[in-house]
Amino acid sequence: MPAGAVRPMSVSVQTSKLTLALGLAGALLGAPVTARDVPKRVVSMNLCTDQLAMLIGGQGQIVSVSQLAADPRSSAMVEQAKGYLTNHGRAEEIYLMQPDLVLAGTYTARATVRMLERLGINVVTFEITNSLDAIPEQMIQMGHVLGQEAKAAGLVAQFEATLAEYRADIANRPKAALYHANGYTSGDRSLAGEILTVAGFENIAASAGYAGGGVMPLEVLAMAQPEAVIQSAPYGGGSRAEEIMDHPVVAALRENGEAGGLTDHDWMCGTPFVLQAIADMTDLRTRIQEAAE
Amino acid sequence: MSRLALFLSALVVVLFLAALVIGPANLTITQSLKALVFGDGGPMTLVMREIRLPRAILGLLVGGALGLAGAAMQGYLRNPLADPGLIGVSGSAALGAVLSIQMGLAAALALALPLMALGGALVGVVLVLLLAGPRGSSLTLILAGIAISAFAGALTSLVLNLSPNPYAASEIIFWMMGSLADRSMVHVWIALPLIVIGAVLLSTLSRGLDALTLGEDAAEAMGINLTRLRLSLIFGTAAVVGASTAVAGAIGFVGLVVPHLLRPWVSARPGALLWASALGGAAMILASDILVRVVLPERDLKLGVVTALVGAPLFLHLIYRTRRWGA
Repeated sequence: MPAGAVRPMSVSVQTSKLTLALGLAGALLGAPVTARDVPKRVVSMNLCTDQLAMLIGGQGQIVSVSQLAADPRSSAMVEQAKGYLTNHGRAEEIYLMQPDLVLAGTYTARATVRMLERLGINVVTFEITNSLDAIPEQMIQMGHVLGQEAKAAGLVAQFEATLAEYRADIANRPKAALYHANGYTSGDRSLAGEILTVAGFENIAASAGYAGGGVMPLEVLAMAQPEAVIQSAPYGGGSRAEEIMDHPVVAALRENGEAGGLTDHDWMCGTPFVLQAIADMTDLRTRIQEAAE
Repeated sequence: MSRLALFLSALVVVLFLAALVIGPANLTITQSLKALVFGDGGPMTLVMREIRLPRAILGLLVGGALGLAGAAMQGYLRNPLADPGLIGVSGSAALGAVLSIQMGLAAALALALPLMALGGALVGVVLVLLLAGPRGSSLTLILAGIAISAFAGALTSLVLNLSPNPYAASEIIFWMMGSLADRSMVHVWIALPLIVIGAVLLSTLSRGLDALTLGEDAAEAMGINLTRLRLSLIFGTAAVVGASTAVAGAIGFVGLVVPHLLRPWVSARPGALLWASALGGAAMILASDILVRVVLPERDLKLGVVTALVGAPLFLHLIYRTRRWGA
């Protein structure tokens, strides 16, 4: 992604200069010259902002992360999350932590976010990441709101270098399907879809007419005959929604092709951990291709 | 009467075939039937044998079970409002099924699912019969049914809300409305034994229910063992409704609509109404399931929505008529 690689780099050069003179930075970004303080008590209430904040935030800067950050199913930073207070996204508990900055996702309980804003707390919301290109942007945004531009720029450079190594021309792409609970499939225009593509798979969702994702009937999956069915691990307790992942049709596809890889915490958020997901999927693809030869 | 049997059987066969050839995979009729019968090991066979065939068989089984249970309950209670869904038997069965899934029993032993649902249904039937009394006046029957339905529904929601599984809570609607989407042969094998046992039990009631139209004393005088009849009814109903609900959720109104429509055709004899309602129920569920696939293929519209759209107006009509005749 040449365009994407150039743009964030130029921003990071700019930001490393800015960190030398924070006052000047404030002026450039339209804030009062002296008022661009670095937030000292940051509370994050969204799984994805949790992880970005823990990666980019400075020592002692982050006070609390959401409870999901400590859930190994969803979070790639369970160990790190143990070092922070846990919040459950409730306005009252967050207000009592006396944060000077709250990080939320755009879909985080709107009422809670509005309540916090009414209480005079500065809330910054982050968009959901739907593409790999958006990850550096979010890291830079996080670096900016936390006053950690240099650290963010370093991570971005690292991320883009590793990602570039994976992006290669793959002539022979095995067909794969992302198939989740309730028969939901992720199309090309999603983070999971891009992970699959970079790892060298052809996502059958696109040719089956689900490029934007959606519920793909089992029949359509069966007719497409993917060589790999990539699923998420079921939660405890059991549900009808997840039963579909054990349907004989899916099991037969698993036998014909390769055992479905698991979409785990590395797939959940637009963080550098997606590189791990890409690595796992690249391994899977190599195994499939070697088995076919 | 034999003409009715012929008509209903033909209807069920046609609907069963239609259920087999309709689906999102866009196969032609010959393609799909050929793939089903001969099987080439390709994706078409997979679609036909693992997706459409179990769905059609389950439609047949579940519909037949619900129609039969409705006719049997109505015959025994001599009350046209007795439907397993309305009087809380399906709801109690759903509670049993949900408990077995959430406690991990269903994962450990496949038959635990229908057996727990049977247990739930059994509690529901016994409670409703105790509350409504032997003659079951319409008002007490319906009130008891409402209370049991509401309580079972609330407990089902509670269990699903307490589940560690984030998808469980959104499945409250499946357990209340029912659906045959994405079921497999596994579910057929889970439901089949109990539905067969229950259906055999209920079909033995034929003569007893006919005799019962003359009153309990007359029936006993004719040599009908009322205790045995009652036990067969309770276990038979619990078995067919429990097994159906375990795999398809609680589908209401089938046991109300079908016997009502068919009663004039069997000269209002409850014994003959049993088999007629079983066939009619199968036809109704197969038709409803085709409808949800044709009208809203992408949305997994619940079967119970369709049956309720047909059944609820009829239910209101029956209540109105019962009131006018002074129950």
